Amino acid sequence: MIDPKVRGQYTATIGIECHVQLKTKTKLFSAVGNDAREAPPNTLVNHIDFGLPGALPVLNKEAVHLACKAAFALGTVPERFSKFDRKHYFYPDLPMGYQITQFDEPIMKGGFINILVDGEERLIRIHHTHMEADAGKSVHPTGKDYSLVDLNRAGTPLLEIVSEPDMHSAKEAKAYARELNLRMRYADVSDANLFYGNMRFDVNVSVSKTDELGTRTETKNLNSFKSVEKTVDYEIIRQIEQLEKGEPIVQETRGWDDAKQRTFSQRTKENADDYRYMPDPDIPPLVLEDNYITSVKAEMPELPDDYRQKFSQIGVDKAVIEDIIATPETAKLVSRVYESAGADHARRIAFWMMQPASDEDTEAEAQTASDDALVKLSELVAANKLSSTAAKEVLTELLKGATDPEKVAADKNLLQVSDEGAINDIVTQVLAENAKAAEDVKNGEMKAIGFLVGQVMKNSQGKANPAMATELIKKQLGL
Amino acid sequence: MGAWLPIAEIAAKVAAGELKATDLVEQSLKAIEGNKEFDAIIVTLASNARARAAAVDAGDNKGRLAGVPFIAKDNFLVFGADTTAASNILRGFEAPYQATAINRLEAEGAICVAKANLDAFAHGASTENSDFMTTKNPHDKTRVPGGSSGGSAASVALELAPFALGTDTGGSIRQPSSFTGVVGYKPTYGTISRSGVVAMGSSLDVIGPMARTVEDAALIFDVMAGRDDLDGTTIERDSAGYTGLSGDIVGKKIGIIKEYMGEGLDEGVKGVITEAADKLKAAGAEITEVSLPSLPTALAVYYILCPAEVSSNLGRYDGQRYGHHASDAKNLDQSYTHARGQGFGKEAKRRIMIGTYVLSSGYYDAYYKKAQTVRTKLINEFNKAFEEVDFLLGPVAPTTAFTIGANADDPLQMYLSDVMTVGANLVGIPAISLPAGLSENLPVGLQLMAPQRSDRALLELAQAAEGLLV
Repeated sequence: MIDPKVRGQYTATIGIECHVQLKTKTKLFSAVGNDAREAPPNTLVNHIDFGLPGALPVLNKEAVHLACKAAFALGTVPERFSKFDRKHYFYPDLPMGYQITQFDEPIMKGGFINILVDGEERLIRIHHTHMEADAGKSVHPTGKDYSLVDLNRAGTPLLEIVSEPDMHSAKEAKAYARELNLRMRYADVSDANLFYGNMRFDVNVSVSKTDELGTRTETKNLNSFKSVEKTVDYEIIRQIEQLEKGEPIVQETRGWDDAKQRTFSQRTKENADDYRYMPDPDIPPLVLEDNYITSVKAEMPELPDDYRQKFSQIGVDKAVIEDIIATPETAKLVSRVYESAGADHARRIAFWMMQPASDEDTEAEAQTASDDALVKLSELVAANKLSSTAAKEVLTELLKGATDPEKVAADKNLLQVSDEGAINDIVTQVLAENAKAAEDVKNGEMKAIGFLVGQVMKNSQGKANPAMATELIKKQLGL
Repeated sequence: MGAWLPIAEIAAKVAAGELKATDLVEQSLKAIEGNKEFDAIIVTLASNARARAAAVDAGDNKGRLAGVPFIAKDNFLVFGADTTAASNILRGFEAPYQATAINRLEAEGAICVAKANLDAFAHGASTENSDFMTTKNPHDKTRVPGGSSGGSAASVALELAPFALGTDTGGSIRQPSSFTGVVGYKPTYGTISRSGVVAMGSSLDVIGPMARTVEDAALIFDVMAGRDDLDGTTIERDSAGYTGLSGDIVGKKIGIIKEYMGEGLDEGVKGVITEAADKLKAAGAEITEVSLPSLPTALAVYYILCPAEVSSNLGRYDGQRYGHHASDAKNLDQSYTHARGQGFGKEAKRRIMIGTYVLSSGYYDAYYKKAQTVRTKLINEFNKAFEEVDFLLGPVAPTTAFTIGANADDPLQMYLSDVMTVGANLVGIPAISLPAGLSENLPVGLQLMAPQRSDRALLELAQAAEGLLV
């Protein structure tokens, strides 16, 4: 264990490179399907992805469109001029011998992400974001003397979002990764599904006792928020311990071992890689007209911050807001309800749609219940026909596909009795059976009234309207 | 000479049933068989060609090139035979898709009968860099046909087919056309799709026809030209098309490029070119001298940028998926180094080395970037020249066809063969090599150039000029 005093002497600096798969129908440079999730190996491959002689990459316009949307989602604007470059290296999953990327004229520069950590808002700047084509996938079966290559993923359009080294803790890194994920999903540019590798994070970490940055390590291909957080924590401690032992940090690429919960060295960068970048002569520079950029801006959907603002204005609790925003469908639903049925219903429904707290990275399954059914359910509660507890029970059925909340409530015998005569009879009976408590109430011990209401509820199998029961108890006791 | 009618006539007669495509294909195959000594052809596509011819004769295609046989340089991907680019590393590679240019020619009824020899990967000016054989010049078997489209040029000169296809990265259509006395057309960059053609220098590569007359070349160009979804660098075709040319020389302003007429130019060649300029003047052209001061740097710029692109484009020939595979490799590194070491010839290796060097970090600015800057300067100088004149004129190459082996061990001397042709590639403008006469019984080509996208105007001038020249 590291002495907290020693730990306190070091400042950690963290920068994150995030790869986001754009949800285009076809690949970045070839007219082949881009959804490789269920496809058998090497079935989504044409002459371009295979790197055949004479094959020429042709830029996918939809990928450019999605990249432009991402620019607005990241708080910046698309560049009017950008270009594509070749990054050369040899590997079997890189068929052309180069990756097509944007080296020095990316499609967007700047941008920022605001995150909330321990109740404090922080701004993380983005250095730039560029487009590039993914490589294929190499598989190295254990114990075999061969490797396998699947080129289905080769040519998938990626955005690489490169942050400034503005983060200083694992919590910030995790919050940043989460927020990026949200923005990409709300902007509808990526499925951003971590399980399928739609988003991958490379985390650069260094520590230093001075203003000068320390030597950094890069831990690549993290595919969960949790592993981002744990990697940062692990690297900070590892690096401090190493420095305290008097050993220098080696600039290197590392990986995250989830089983052992530690990072490990993959490749040291003794010699800087020379990728021999060169403008790609097959792809004319990308020039975006102002009216194109304006039109993309006009079609931007609402982003997480828009929802945060809207929900906060109608008095939804901050924690509830963050929770429902984690699922774009839910946020949209609550927003729709607000617009069609007003703030009260929206607030109630927002609370109902909260997911059970979970630190899992797996996205909550988008729950489905129609806006109408939810509003009706909210109306039942507002009209005192259903208790909050009973409403939760009805909600469960609605999420399973039931459509009429009143019918569900009736079937389940949950509707509150607001028939004054019926409740009055129960009250009479309860007062008779609980004379002591009734006397206490009469003598001004109002705490005891809760007990009596409880008895009324019990006798009515929970169906009595508690407010009405309270009134009737008071009336019968002459208060 | 005169084995074939003009191409438009052949197609019209085939469409009318007066000529049989089958006979034309047989005529071509027979001519190929009879001229084997010239080593112009790597492989014939006999069975494919015969099947296509039968279909044309059955009335399947009455297009503008119905039944017209042609020969493609072996860096075009064509169904029915291997595509090798005359390199060992691609030996046995059968293309699973076809070049757009081939598809467009076939759509009009043309029939590819054979693949022609070239310098491997189009690196060279003589076909001596072919991994398979050296093509002989039809005018003198001891001499080279030029390159890299030497097999295509010799094929047209030998009339193995009415036309052939070449590619031109630094002069590879024009220089062999000059050496063999045929018409070779290098169009504006981007007018013909490069899809399905083995890339050399992607920012320089163009495809073009080689034929006996400007009229034939223009028709073939017209069929191939135009935008292609498979090549993002292609441009719209001229709305007027490229056929039905009606050229007039009177009043045309033509500038003789001063830098091409000085030191290093063979006297015989100079004589033919000067005489050609005089003939154009006599026919009413305004001939002036034009200087392009940066032009002498063009060759140096070319031999930085082109190898850079070559080194990148040849990265895919790695023995991992197709082509030569190193069966002796013990590990991944060896599977690369052995496959490439065994498969590439000397010249490809030389260019990969140069290209890798100029793109390396630390050298990029001094070489690649600087060369790009000079390229821009050249473009500006040509643009300025074209404000003064409509066309530029000069020789295609400093010499006539040289003897086989003369430059084979001296790559620098070989590179000098491109000195008058690389300019048009760097600037992206159209240029044509027209047979202009003989020097010591060897053909001399006249080079005419025009501004970007002025292909039609250039072809019109060339057609008008060709009647005067020979």
